[in-house]
Amino acid sequence: MHNKTIIELAKGLRAGEFTSVELTQSFLNRIKQHETLNAYITVTEELALQAAKAADLKLANGDADLLTGIPIAQKDIFCTRGVKTSCGSKMLDNFVAPYNATVVKKLNDAGAVMLGKLNMDEFAMGSSNENSYYGAVKNPWDQAAVPGGSSGGSAAAVAARLAICVTGTDTGGSIRQPASHCGITGLKPTYGRVSRYGMIAYASSLDQGGPMARSAEDTAILLQAMAGFDPKDSTGVDCPAPNYLESLNKGLDGLTIGLPKEFFGDGLDSGVAAVVEAAVKEYQKLGATVKDISIPNLNLAIPAYYVIASAECSANLSRFDGVRFGYRCKDPVDLTDLYVRSRGEAFGKEVKRRILMGTYALSAGYYDAYYLKAQKVRRLITEDFKRVLQEVDVIMGPVAPSVAFAIGEKINNPIEMYLSDIYTIAINLAGLPAMSIPAGFVQDKPVGLHIIGNYFAEDRLLNIAHQYQKITGWHEKSPKGFE
Amino acid sequence: MSLTADDVKKIAHLARLGIDEHDIEAYANDLSNMLNLMVQMGRSNTDGIEPMAHPMDQAQRLRADEVTEHDLHEQFQAIAPQVEAGLYLVPKVIE
Repeated sequence: MHNKTIIELAKGLRAGEFTSVELTQSFLNRIKQHETLNAYITVTEELALQAAKAADLKLANGDADLLTGIPIAQKDIFCTRGVKTSCGSKMLDNFVAPYNATVVKKLNDAGAVMLGKLNMDEFAMGSSNENSYYGAVKNPWDQAAVPGGSSGGSAAAVAARLAICVTGTDTGGSIRQPASHCGITGLKPTYGRVSRYGMIAYASSLDQGGPMARSAEDTAILLQAMAGFDPKDSTGVDCPAPNYLESLNKGLDGLTIGLPKEFFGDGLDSGVAAVVEAAVKEYQKLGATVKDISIPNLNLAIPAYYVIASAECSANLSRFDGVRFGYRCKDPVDLTDLYVRSRGEAFGKEVKRRILMGTYALSAGYYDAYYLKAQKVRRLITEDFKRVLQEVDVIMGPVAPSVAFAIGEKINNPIEMYLSDIYTIAINLAGLPAMSIPAGFVQDKPVGLHIIGNYFAEDRLLNIAHQYQKITGWHEKSPKGFE
Repeated sequence: MSLTADDVKKIAHLARLGIDEHDIEAYANDLSNMLNLMVQMGRSNTDGIEPMAHPMDQAQRLRADEVTEHDLHEQFQAIAPQVEAGLYLVPKVIE
């Protein structure tokens, strides 16, 4: 059952071949069986079986949605009422959310069955999932390798068939890079497409939640349920979501693909480059034409990102003060001691690094040179993309410069870790939608193809991904031991 | 650009962030490396470029000034470290 698509499962549920309770139980068993991957922080077995029972009732009454009764899981950054929401941090190890994130509410309302909360880098800061208080997640394709991050638990869970589809969040590549490293499909929507209400903030002007699944079709179904304007998200954009499933089957004749020369320069693994080139050739067979383009300011994306993200994180994470919720140190002698020790004892190294960086960049005398400058550079990069997207329909390239690296390989070199986000980060600065879809393997590890589209063109991206998945089988491959 | 151990202590104080004494050198080193990455932005000409805060340049949305939230203080305070009579408790601030 765990290899079926959402549509196949929905048919099976309606035909009475199996119940949601049976389906849910089979996934709960798989999660237990593959516990050592460490993909989940919390498994909500009892709640899942209750939700499955309710879904079976809905199905019997004929008022079910496509997602009704389908086992899903939430990244542990989304607040879930009555369920621990840790954000991968010791700071929130004791935090039981008092309300649901809009994304959680929408998926609950659709009747999806939440199996649990997924592991992640602490406060979504990281590219390897090694920064989790709950330990590293293993990549199902090679258990000595990282799954990517920060949505590493999400990507590993889908690859290992420990959920049909899951949520993730992407601030600098955190949906696309783990999707690439784990051989699954992930979509970062346009900034403002999916509500951020109840999604614990890291860098508010960049954070965006999105769907992760095996195929573009499943991704489309999940996005449909997640997307939409939410008055509770003050940065959301009021733009109606189209029917994503309907748009999947359009032909690609006349599609123009832009290949930025900056995406294929030094630092890109030759094996990864070959996989991306082969995928582009497949698109040419489907009727697409290719154009060489340039994003001249791309090299400024990493510095601008780490200023903006750090600055916003230092402001957002100031709410964790040991007073109203979360971790509090033992026997504080005064208020300052309470703040300093609660934060010092509960935040991990990478989070501290970014809070320090952001505090410095925002401090008196440095604001103009760092934060303001970075916001101007952000506009330069965005203008590059806007100009190019007038000439081409989509941009393609690699998601990451190499396949998944070994656990421990980069953890002591933060700058090297940051540099591995070169292709994904600029997209967040511009706020554009982008996907990673499985496109092949290098040394038996998956490689993703990066597809970047214009604002609110998620339907087009899903269509382009689906057409490729109709003629290739990369998205159907499963790691050994998880078939 | 490089930061000293004293700089790091000052920044940590501004952030009310406790850091271990023996980690300070490593933070100074990491932050200096990050700053060296960031100074690359100086090479770009941004004269006359407006700073960008929202990808769609959307301004903060306003809403009618109506009560939309219920009083949930009991629920919110149930997860607080220390509460008494509806108040959050912290160490004594004024002697």
